[in-house]
Amino acid sequence: MKLVAIAGSIVGSKTKTAIQYATDQLLDKYPDTEVTLLDLADYDLQFSDGRNYLDYQGDTKKVTETIMEADAIIIGTPIFQASIPGTLKNIFDLLPVGAFEGKVVSMIVTAGSQRHYLIPEQQLKPILGYMKAQVVQSYVYIEDIDFYQKEITNHDVMFRIERLVEDTITLTKTYQKIREEKEAEYDF
Amino acid sequence: MDKYRMDPSKGLEFGLYTLGDHLPNPETGERIPASQRLDEFIELAKLAEDAGLDFFSVGESHQDYFTTQAHSVVLAAIAQATEKIKIASSSTIISTLDPVRVYEDFATIDLISKGRTEIIAGRASRVGNFDLLGYDLHDYEELYEEKFDLLLKINQNEYVDWEGRFRAPLKNAHVLPRPLNGSLPIWRAVGGHPSSAIKAGYAGVPIFLATLGGPATLFKRTVDSYRDALEQAGHDSKEFPISTAGFFYLAETTQQAQRETYPFINAGMQKTNGRGYPKQHFAQGANPHDVMNIGSPQEVIEKILYQHETFGHQRYVAQMDFGGIPFDKLRKNIELIGKEVLPAIRKYTAK
Repeated sequence: MKLVAIAGSIVGSKTKTAIQYATDQLLDKYPDTEVTLLDLADYDLQFSDGRNYLDYQGDTKKVTETIMEADAIIIGTPIFQASIPGTLKNIFDLLPVGAFEGKVVSMIVTAGSQRHYLIPEQQLKPILGYMKAQVVQSYVYIEDIDFYQKEITNHDVMFRIERLVEDTITLTKTYQKIREEKEAEYDF
Repeated sequence: MDKYRMDPSKGLEFGLYTLGDHLPNPETGERIPASQRLDEFIELAKLAEDAGLDFFSVGESHQDYFTTQAHSVVLAAIAQATEKIKIASSSTIISTLDPVRVYEDFATIDLISKGRTEIIAGRASRVGNFDLLGYDLHDYEELYEEKFDLLLKINQNEYVDWEGRFRAPLKNAHVLPRPLNGSLPIWRAVGGHPSSAIKAGYAGVPIFLATLGGPATLFKRTVDSYRDALEQAGHDSKEFPISTAGFFYLAETTQQAQRETYPFINAGMQKTNGRGYPKQHFAQGANPHDVMNIGSPQEVIEKILYQHETFGHQRYVAQMDFGGIPFDKLRKNIELIGKEVLPAIRKYTAK
């Protein structure tokens, strides 16, 4: 199973810290999975101009190809101006229509306050649904006060990330099994 | 229809097209040499002609896994190797070529083939040709529209006065040679979306409509929009032919046909387009109302007739060589087309 964890912003540390924690959990508990952490701050990505993702060069090609090859994706995102950051939206725009078909996608969200709790529900899920992801319905929502110096300090947050990781793996295996059974029925 | 060398009283025309893909066989992982793949195109055209097919076309692509970058050169070889069958590009990426040069090439192929050559002009779904040939992808739409217009103008006028953004102006330029019968049929390549078909309608140009999969009724909207646009612009829609193009393959049963094609189409799409063909969608392709003509000869005949009833088109062009399907299977398919499909289609569509 190939899993990609995305830190969806190029500034700040909290999303990166949370997604790193999720990645460590994956590596620790599911050593058979192949995990890639894509921190968008490490890449020089161009804006989408509508071309097929295979036609980009350099980092843009590398990042999109890595995502397209994944069986499951954990998206980490902060909330900027009551929405997802442009850097994350650009990732979606770079990918083809239906890019997440057959993939499980889960979400870890960091924000300055509770005001933005429904933003993933109302803004991120519709995009994932349109791109045909099987979405892990519960997301982990983390506030500023849950971090101290690039560490998660709230045990409840750790427990919730651990459950999200477990659910992501369980759902990926489940959907893979369902699909394999269904596809075997087609007999071609 | 005469202008486009079509005679609907003879029934629906049947042709083959290849994108010019050069993909490994997914079952063995092996890829035949480019020289062998090029021979296959020429051989396929000869077999198609012998079996009584009306049309054969070759596409231009500038990506990995393709081998007809110089598609007009391949068409020239086919022109020499055949005698009756109509030949065309499917498509020529006019956006990143010089329309004068394209016209010179295709008019020459028309003379070599004694009046059998057509151009289908498109704008590419993959865009490697822009960097390779020195064009800016930001001009994607404008390049296509401007160069397609110039191509049409050259077709209508032996001496051309023209000015545009993407090419040096032409002042009373004499474009030679001229095609055997004065002009070439030039078609606009159209994807599923109606907007491009509508532009073709306003311009009074026939369309070559790609239909990979999905219900025929979905593509009917594009066909209707095209005919409406023709009428709105003052053209007689009955004078403009429509071609449809899509996946085709025959085997004893639909199950067998799907088994022999799915691994090739799926792996081929994955390599050339970055996404495989979902099995669920492919399975639905067997539905009598889907445009995908993969099945037993009888089922496919019925589907083509249903599509003809739905679209009222003049030419159907089949793609059956995608993804590295072995040549002996293609040979067998052409035999079946000649023996079973063509007689049935002509019987029901000729007047």
